[in-house]
Amino acid sequence: MEKFNTHTGLVVPLDVANVDTDQIIPKQFLQKTERIGFGVHLFHDSRYLDHEGTQVNPEFIINKPEYKDASILLARENFGCGSSREHAPWALQEYGFKVILSSSFADIFYGNCINIGILPIKLSEDEIDQLFKLSPNAQLTLKVDLPNNIITCGELSFKFSLNEFQQYSLENGVDSVGWTLNKLDTIKAFEEKMPAWQ
Amino acid sequence: MTISTPKTMYEKLWQSHLVEAAEGETPLLYVDRHLIHEVTSPQAFANLRFHKRPVRHPERTIATMDHNISTRSIKIDAAGEGAANQLRALGINCKEFGIELFDMGHKNQGIAHVIGPELGLTLPGTIIVCGDSHTATHGAFGALAFGIGTSEVEHVFATQTLRQNKAKTMKIEVKGHVGAGISAKDIILAIIGKTGSAGATGYVVEYCGEAIEALSMEERMTVCNMSIEFGAKAGLIAPDQTTFDYVEGKEYAPKGEIFKQAVVDWTNLKSDDDATFDAVLTLNAKDIKAQVTWGTNPGQVISVDGIVPSPEDFSDPIEKESCVSALNYMGLTAGTKMTDIQVNKVFIGSCTNSRIEDLRAAAGIVQQFQGQRVVDNVDAIIVPGSYRVKEQAESEGLDKIFTEAGFEWRLPGCSMCLGMNDDVLEEGDRCASTSNRNFEGRQGRGSRTHLVSPEMAAAAAITGHFVDLNA
Ligand code: SF4
Repeated sequence: MEKFNTHTGLVVPLDVANVDTDQIIPKQFLQKTERIGFGVHLFHDSRYLDHEGTQVNPEFIINKPEYKDASILLARENFGCGSSREHAPWALQEYGFKVILSSSFADIFYGNCINIGILPIKLSEDEIDQLFKLSPNAQLTLKVDLPNNIITCGELSFKFSLNEFQQYSLENGVDSVGWTLNKLDTIKAFEEKMPAWQ
Repeated sequence: MTISTPKTMYEKLWQSHLVEAAEGETPLLYVDRHLIHEVTSPQAFANLRFHKRPVRHPERTIATMDHNISTRSIKIDAAGEGAANQLRALGINCKEFGIELFDMGHKNQGIAHVIGPELGLTLPGTIIVCGDSHTATHGAFGALAFGIGTSEVEHVFATQTLRQNKAKTMKIEVKGHVGAGISAKDIILAIIGKTGSAGATGYVVEYCGEAIEALSMEERMTVCNMSIEFGAKAGLIAPDQTTFDYVEGKEYAPKGEIFKQAVVDWTNLKSDDDATFDAVLTLNAKDIKAQVTWGTNPGQVISVDGIVPSPEDFSDPIEKESCVSALNYMGLTAGTKMTDIQVNKVFIGSCTNSRIEDLRAAAGIVQQFQGQRVVDNVDAIIVPGSYRVKEQAESEGLDKIFTEAGFEWRLPGCSMCLGMNDDVLEEGDRCASTSNRNFEGRQGRGSRTHLVSPEMAAAAAITGHFVDLNA
């Protein structure tokens, strides 16, 4: 996994609550056995006017030329609810998003993001509101500083927090499976004490 | 004498599975059972192969083909090449890593959350995970069960553990008894209607109260299944005699003395009387009526004797806005009676409602309409949750009741719950569905889903609209 340190990028405001993983990547694109090839299908039903995905919907905010280079997604509450599909963060990452800002995230989605190196940042509803007010017309560029847990934009700054180990894993690009495999002895000792029925 | 602090069931499950809580690390929990399917596992296997890592406990993992499969044919390529690729990959991966697989047409094949319980793979007091968010279903047994992403699937494969932050706890008590004709689906939809679709984010929910205790195991599964639909990490119901009777004798369940010991351990799982929860919600069972969703998330739900709400009914600006866009997507006008909404598709199936009791309940309604058939403009399909359910239903003649009334009787699978195969709705279709998600596009781009119980779905098929069966 790539290490995450600081990131400066353009914010695209997606002013929708309860964006579920079916919207992020509809099921017809889940039939792959690789981790790549999902970015073009990100937000498919909103991003394209036709089922085949040949006609781009010019009204959908992410398609607007001024947001072409956005790498920070600003969204409303309960982002990533629904299915556990990691294909959703894969699609966001492949499209170019490195950071997602919202007032709340669905649990599984949040963990999935961290596991692949996307930084989901939870801010208060007021702070998210403030960012929405600042973001129209591609005017908002933010600097996200993970080691110091701070987002800055000119004079403004927002603190955020992350679970200690998740922060460490993101900053160091930890191979979480390898990390746990170093503890096999502890796991084996646990297994020896398990009851017979378990 | 030491007095231990009272614990919730969740805390007990957590403690008994805590492998390590090292300073500065997310706690490591042991995983007893891992269910896998074709859609969320291939990339995890690929990484194992890349790192030359084995599956640590192949015998704790069970694979089934469910999400992508055709419900018309057991041919592996019957639902298209993309699906066939994933299904074949699952076959190859299971063989290489030594995992037992229930593949096309196998007598144990079915939706992961249907076969786990019916085979005795699901046990109280265990941690069960699956790369599917409706894993919460298994919480009906007093198992801590939750959905995971593909990176976590890989972590479980390699280590048989998972890192988890401790969740908050919520107790949902349903007092008294539900009225006649009110199903488990109505109970859980009514709960979600109360909490909203994100009301339990960050929580593990424990369902309790007389109305929950009175439920059969299959009904409890329906309740726990939809825990994720209001954001909960998992749903739990305390195991009791109903649970033990269900588990005893199942193919993969412990037998003899070991089973007896297990029951002793399982009996101690329930939350201590004075355990405290971070949040408590109480409902009166007698207030719960038959439920139908009107919007595009499961929290947008109302009693069948109600009317489609108006944005003015909501004070919260986000809910108001959600209502506007839901009505627009659903093609509904505020004030319309729910019983006036006409459907043209009916789907009875999914891990929420595809078990034998669900099919019996639906068949019972068909019989109540004595000889009436599915109305002309409605297509209605019944998709049993597993081959075992299908076989049982056929031995009881339920398939005949359905087909004679004009329903299509299909092969088991996830089917129209998510429409990864060819069971997809067309744009503008309106479906009474016993599944668990009414998100935009879930059953097909531009299609409209109303979540209901099997009874309501059967009645809608025959009348062409929602029906207040208790009126
Ligand atoms: S039936 Fe639906 S919700 Fe259940 S496992 Fe299959 S796709 Fe997931």
